[in-house]
Amino acid sequence: MTARAAMVLLAIAVIALLAAAPFCLSSFTITLLNYIGIYALVALGVVLLTGFGGLTSFGQAAFVGIAAYATAWLTTTQGASPWLGLLFALALTGLVAALLGAVTLRLGGHYLPLGTVAWGLSIFFLFGNLEALGRHNGIASVPPIFLGPISLESTETIYYLIWGVLIVATIAVANLLESREGRAIRSLRGGVVMVESLGINVFRIRLVTFVLAALLAGLSGWLYAHMSRFVSPTPFDLRMGIQYLFMAILGGSGHILGAVVGAGLITLLQNALQDVLPLFFRDGEQLEVIVFAVVYVLVLQFARGGVMPFVLRFVPHGKKPAITAAAPLPRRAMPAGGTPVLTVERLLKRFGGLEAVSRVGFEVRAGEIVGLIGPNGAGKSTVFNLITGALPSDDGNITFLGQNITRAGQRYIAKAGIARTFQHVKLRPSMSLIDNVLLGTYLRTRCGFLKGALRLDRAEERRARFEAATQLRRVGLAGDPYDLACNLPLGRQRILEVARALAADPALIILDEPAAGLSRPEKMALAELLRTLRQEGVTILLVEHDVEFVMGLVDRIVVMDFGSKLIEGPPAAVRADPRVQEAYLGSVA
Amino acid sequence: MTPDIGLILGIDGIATGSIYVLVGLGLVLIFSVTRVVFVPFGDIVAFSALTLASMQLGRMPGTVYLVATLAIIACLVEALHHLRRGQPWRIARGLLGYGLLPLIPAAIAWRIAGTNSPAWLQIPLAIALVVPIGPLIERIALRPLADASVLLLLVVSVALTFGLSGLGLLFFGPEGFRTKPLTSQIFRFGTIVVTSQTLLMVATAAVFSLLLFIFFERTLSGKALRATSVNRIGARIVGIRPANTAMLAFLLASLLGAISGILIGPTTTFYYDSGFIIGLKAFVGAIIGGLMSYPGTALGALFIGILESFASFWNSAFKEVVVFGVLIPVLLWRSLSLGQVDEEDAEIEG
Repeated sequence: MTARAAMVLLAIAVIALLAAAPFCLSSFTITLLNYIGIYALVALGVVLLTGFGGLTSFGQAAFVGIAAYATAWLTTTQGASPWLGLLFALALTGLVAALLGAVTLRLGGHYLPLGTVAWGLSIFFLFGNLEALGRHNGIASVPPIFLGPISLESTETIYYLIWGVLIVATIAVANLLESREGRAIRSLRGGVVMVESLGINVFRIRLVTFVLAALLAGLSGWLYAHMSRFVSPTPFDLRMGIQYLFMAILGGSGHILGAVVGAGLITLLQNALQDVLPLFFRDGEQLEVIVFAVVYVLVLQFARGGVMPFVLRFVPHGKKPAITAAAPLPRRAMPAGGTPVLTVERLLKRFGGLEAVSRVGFEVRAGEIVGLIGPNGAGKSTVFNLITGALPSDDGNITFLGQNITRAGQRYIAKAGIARTFQHVKLRPSMSLIDNVLLGTYLRTRCGFLKGALRLDRAEERRARFEAATQLRRVGLAGDPYDLACNLPLGRQRILEVARALAADPALIILDEPAAGLSRPEKMALAELLRTLRQEGVTILLVEHDVEFVMGLVDRIVVMDFGSKLIEGPPAAVRADPRVQEAYLGSVA
Repeated sequence: MTPDIGLILGIDGIATGSIYVLVGLGLVLIFSVTRVVFVPFGDIVAFSALTLASMQLGRMPGTVYLVATLAIIACLVEALHHLRRGQPWRIARGLLGYGLLPLIPAAIAWRIAGTNSPAWLQIPLAIALVVPIGPLIERIALRPLADASVLLLLVVSVALTFGLSGLGLLFFGPEGFRTKPLTSQIFRFGTIVVTSQTLLMVATAAVFSLLLFIFFERTLSGKALRATSVNRIGARIVGIRPANTAMLAFLLASLLGAISGILIGPTTTFYYDSGFIIGLKAFVGAIIGGLMSYPGTALGALFIGILESFASFWNSAFKEVVVFGVLIPVLLWRSLSLGQVDEEDAEIEG
């Protein structure tokens, strides 16, 4: 039996057990399972948001609350059907999340979580003080859900709805993460410059991820309102919001199933503590927070990955499917040989009082390899960052294939056909080689979030995978494509960046020290690859310190020193120029 | 609203705001030096007010047990740390610093509990009791994670808030306390009445802000703290130990928190969990200042105090909504003025 078959059997067994549960377990246990399912749905959103997207929210309980109150208000005061309540609840939750996200998601780091703490509190106080929402008394007699003629009023019947929704949502999120937009979500953790340089709109991905997590919370809130048939502010307070985050972290925020495991563990622990603590302490029930705090601090100090990594050790590891041949992705039309591709004129960049790049100008023509060389601190990487839009220039003009890209952002420039690598390697170390290269195909593929979640993207995905595997083979990384990028030595990580750049099918590829850290045979292979690319019509601009590598490869050289262009010409002429010798070796006299 | 009412509300707001200034400065101090967004800081303020209140009622302050509990855990953590690194001879010093030192004020408080001690003894003793809480928490929960990301530290810090409010309930009980006013004189300026309590709050906040400024500008320790906040690795290279600067930052911040608690204690009734909201409001002030600038934080905190005062006049039920809701436009303004943000690594798992 293969590992994959074992996984499928395991999944079927778990689902069969879940389906059989109401027939063999007590009503109390089913109630517990209902709560676990409802919490897990919120935690699933947190896993997506925090574990994969790197965004932290303490305010998910507020979204649960908005949805619960929305459906409770609509079904009690307006007498609407709970299904209409679902639409209303999701629409309202999504709208609020989009507004809050639009405000806070541009800010990085700790501002978002602090913002979520603030709105979590505000919304809680709002629920407790609005007359229409029953103030602190809440809204009672919320109607049960009807599925056609079947009432989902009893614990055992709504159990199937809750767990059905949870299973479907989990599968959809898992599908999404394996898709084009899902890879973009996973690439959010770490700096944004690399992600934008691939043409991925970081803000948009963050916003959609945030809204998705809120919608999962909203779904949970709707189920909660019609299960407990009563809503009041307390279950949606900040404490609960924090609890949801910890469910995801305790379960393992790096894994989809961490949400269910975490929700289960915390619900069971809470239940156990409520039985045990009052035996020892006067205010036992409230003291469970101390136990929780201790557990959380210990988990964060000693097992940041949560419980899932330990569970996964006992689950068979499936062999990833081999990558099959597929129709290649469409390619862009390359400019005719010899026509100007990139024209840089009087480029200027100041950092405070220092002119890092002062009035530099050069031209790169189609089918050429141009080397940019100069001593350390000459401003080479700054020029690269100005061309690719990672830094704004202070003056001058950059034209690419007839378009003025001087003021354009990174994404626009990527779309125009420039791909790049970085001097300090920017990869996603915890993603596989193939996933890292697939990020490069982002602009050449179309499938969005919905197609990804519904797995309607497979045809395009096969083509993208084949393209990525081809590029990996081409740069000489033909080993296991599912190996993690962090397992490569630094020199080969640079080569992986080259493969990622190639996957974008660029007209101009800008390489920042691609040969650093490579062995001699590897350098020769790289030079051979670059020559092949030139034959295919790709134009290459590169910074490199290995003079032998550059001299044997490039058509023309631009030499920079102290931010200015020193000289430009064919390798032999540059090598003979006394000014170049002086810049590198000091004056002869 | 008449101008008179406006003026009264304004003065009231400045008084509350001055407490937020002290708390906000403490928060910025801790954040800039250790990168910890120290959410439980408000609890230190509340514990300080509750400690003084228990002493005034002739009861044993719960802080004694709280500090003793934390000191014992800190000693265990310290001993384990040195044993694992194979340096058992360092344990003695650790026990002295984290065990004996915090227990001295606790022992005094325990000794004089029940006797009717004078106010000049109670106030410094209450402060001395509360001050070790910050450094002890740092040692127990945060130092083992000193190299973690800002986000992870924030999550731990939120978990600590949970735990500290639980411990507060355990040691102080669920009932609320209000301390006796420190002074009760009243000044009249025309139709405006200013209590000496208000003046004391504003003056103390001003004096301690100034002392903090002098400390940063004129002392070597202060400069070490500033160096650490500018560049942690650079500071390490020139021989500034991160553990020491973190300790010092928490100690100073704890002191600011304890003083704030004494000052604000007479103006409102404190419960074991009142600190959370105070800390968060000071946070809103600090965020207005960008979480990095001391003068910015002071202005932001004053603004929050005044806003709260006016909001509670307008509709007291919604004052919290207004105060926390103001954070959203503030964040919007910051995100528009900041442009692209730094390359912050957002990792939860290590």
